[in-house]
Amino acid sequence: MEDERSFSDICGGRLALQRRYYSPSCREFCLSCPRLSLRSLTAVTCTVWLAAYGLFTLCENSMILSAAIFITLLGLLGYLHFVKIDQETLLIIDSLGIQMTSSYASGKESTTFIEMGKVKDIVINEAIYMKVIYYLCILLKDPVEPHRISQVVPVFQRCVTQARGAWKFWKLHQVGQARGPKFLYVEALQVPDLS
Amino acid sequence: MVLKAFFPTCCVSVDSGLLVGRWVPEHSSAVVLAVLHFPFIPIQVKQLLAQVRQASQVGVAVLGTWCHCRQEPEESLGRFLEGLGAVFPHEPWLQLCRERGGTFWSCEVTHRQAPAAPSAPGEDQVMLIFYDQRQVLLSQLHPPTVLPDRQAGATPASTGGLAVVFDTVARSEVLFRSDRFDEGPVRLSHWQSEGVEASILVELARRASGPVCLLLASLLSLVSAIGACRVFRLWPLSFLGSKLSTCEQLRHRLEHLTLIFSTRKAENSAQLMRKANTVASVLLDVALGLTLLSWLHGRSRIGHLADALVPVADHVAEELQHLLQWLMGAPAGLKMNRALDQVLGRFFLYHIHLWISYIHLMSPFVEHILWHVGLSACLGLTVALSLLSDIIALLTFHIYCFYVYGARLYCLKIHGLSSLWRLFRGKKWNVLRQRVDSCSYDLDQLFIGTLLFTILLFLLPTTALYYLVFTLLRLLVVAVQGLIHLLVDLINSLPLYSLGLRLCRPYRLAAGVKFRVLQHEAGRPLRLLMQINPLPYSRVMHTYRLPSCGCHPKDSWGALCRKLFFGELIYPWRQRGDKQD
Repeated sequence: MEDERSFSDICGGRLALQRRYYSPSCREFCLSCPRLSLRSLTAVTCTVWLAAYGLFTLCENSMILSAAIFITLLGLLGYLHFVKIDQETLLIIDSLGIQMTSSYASGKESTTFIEMGKVKDIVINEAIYMKVIYYLCILLKDPVEPHRISQVVPVFQRCVTQARGAWKFWKLHQVGQARGPKFLYVEALQVPDLS
Repeated sequence: MVLKAFFPTCCVSVDSGLLVGRWVPEHSSAVVLAVLHFPFIPIQVKQLLAQVRQASQVGVAVLGTWCHCRQEPEESLGRFLEGLGAVFPHEPWLQLCRERGGTFWSCEVTHRQAPAAPSAPGEDQVMLIFYDQRQVLLSQLHPPTVLPDRQAGATPASTGGLAVVFDTVARSEVLFRSDRFDEGPVRLSHWQSEGVEASILVELARRASGPVCLLLASLLSLVSAIGACRVFRLWPLSFLGSKLSTCEQLRHRLEHLTLIFSTRKAENSAQLMRKANTVASVLLDVALGLTLLSWLHGRSRIGHLADALVPVADHVAEELQHLLQWLMGAPAGLKMNRALDQVLGRFFLYHIHLWISYIHLMSPFVEHILWHVGLSACLGLTVALSLLSDIIALLTFHIYCFYVYGARLYCLKIHGLSSLWRLFRGKKWNVLRQRVDSCSYDLDQLFIGTLLFTILLFLLPTTALYYLVFTLLRLLVVAVQGLIHLLVDLINSLPLYSLGLRLCRPYRLAAGVKFRVLQHEAGRPLRLLMQINPLPYSRVMHTYRLPSCGCHPKDSWGALCRKLFFGELIYPWRQRGDKQD
């Protein structure tokens, strides 16, 4: 069962959320980030090459131009491989754990799996960044002292949504059997803008 | 809790049989290790399982049945499989079934003791997780979870379920020893059932390593006994030994070689990795050293180097002389005190003159010395680099001397100035209370104190300039030596074997696992594929770094600047264990 909605992130880019329901004990949320815009790419390339050409007219050394080309290519490859995230996925499996995958524009995927025994709670945190934004994070238990929290792991780190307009209200749902240890996942409801 | 069945991918297409594995009740997971095929005699099966349980301390048992047939199981087969549940009592009893050529599976779990779950849908009862048995067996989780209880089946609930799975598979090697070609009473299918994997070279090396290690260990103990004898404790040799970085590096390498050839077996995997990394590091070092040696000795480069060395030393001395002449004049337009200037300048010029005479005295022997030093590269590139660093230190010894003279003079001046400045203001340093107190001086004390203060103050620019120039030169030499030491440190501590393992066999070093949801149909159990998530390179470096010589800058930048300002001598690259000057 699949479901798709679109939201906007804190910088104004478009985000798409896809929800997949595999079974009562397994769900997946997939958030796609805005793509690399041709405008910004052209702007950066033109700036670098104009600066290189300016230096070339000063120094009369053609190595500067080749160096500028190399820098642009390497910079673009590095950006696509290490910085630009295409989509982030959250896979929740009852009584096994939570898996977060980030796939980059160059195809690289980096996965983190957190076992259910380590998860203490899931909370919604408020942060102030130009405006108030809400983000979901997972609290991990300390292995030595089970009552202490050892780490806070934000979910969907790179694509953070803004509060206004789209996510107004988080509703807590329950996944898995009613009698076993409960695992709660969060679903965003679209509440009409009352202002 | 949902029941998780870990099923090996190598058994996905084998014939029907019994499921053999371990049941972990705390995490409600069944780890299937092998499939036992028909026909079998139950008594022999139970005997085999008891043997495996005793040998590996893992609670293996018959968990259920596996049915891989052409179409849906017939009535008689179904009853036969259920009857097996009575022969091998296990709670809960798993029944996995797969159509030949079909993708979807069906699972049934029967609990004999607990009452039937009220209207629990069959699809949500079991979750199938496929794992690659060979990869899970060979991999090692980081951080290593210590499972304290090694009795059959008992595991504390606080350890993660996945660590238990890895541990179970790793400890059940006894079960994997029999393969399809063995003539045993039972036929098992697991990752080694096509034939046990082994390499003849590894076996030969293992047989040969025993006596070789013994011989080399005795040789190395002889060498270290010679090194520890009384002669080297006497003053000139012990002083040289502590100052020269070559001796430090040789000692370090001797330690490494002792570790490699020690006859004690490595207890855990961390020690094994450390040994392997040390071997790789020593081999790389020797290989690079031999390359350097062949480069140096080819085409009489040593002769060229030796011919160039004395003129270079002369050139450096000439440049220093020009510098001193410049200082003795009016450097950068500053006006210096002529008398002090001349004294200091002539003093340093005489030093340089002495130094040049010694260099010229030694020049006929330089080529022979360089040739023998070049031979030391066969011990390793790090030894050659340490020797280079020591030679640089020896050749720039005069700069070091000038720095020490300048620094001591400047330090004396600064202390005198600060104490006389206190006298000028009518204060005194109280040593007992470690603070500045007011004090009433006599008139003649004040008079002489102020006079001396004025003299020192007006001589300060001259001394400060000399100090500045020679400190900069010294810092330059120290920076060059520091770079060489950093390179030596890099070669010493790089964990090459671990990095190579991460590159070629990434499943061996596991940071965790990752899951992929396989094709799913409503009404069927959920199927997941578990894969190993390899450790990132930065964590590999961090975890498996070899301990280095320990030459890191001891002072922070602030402390360094403070020492420079007050004229204290600086030794930024102090070795571990050196006494302060």
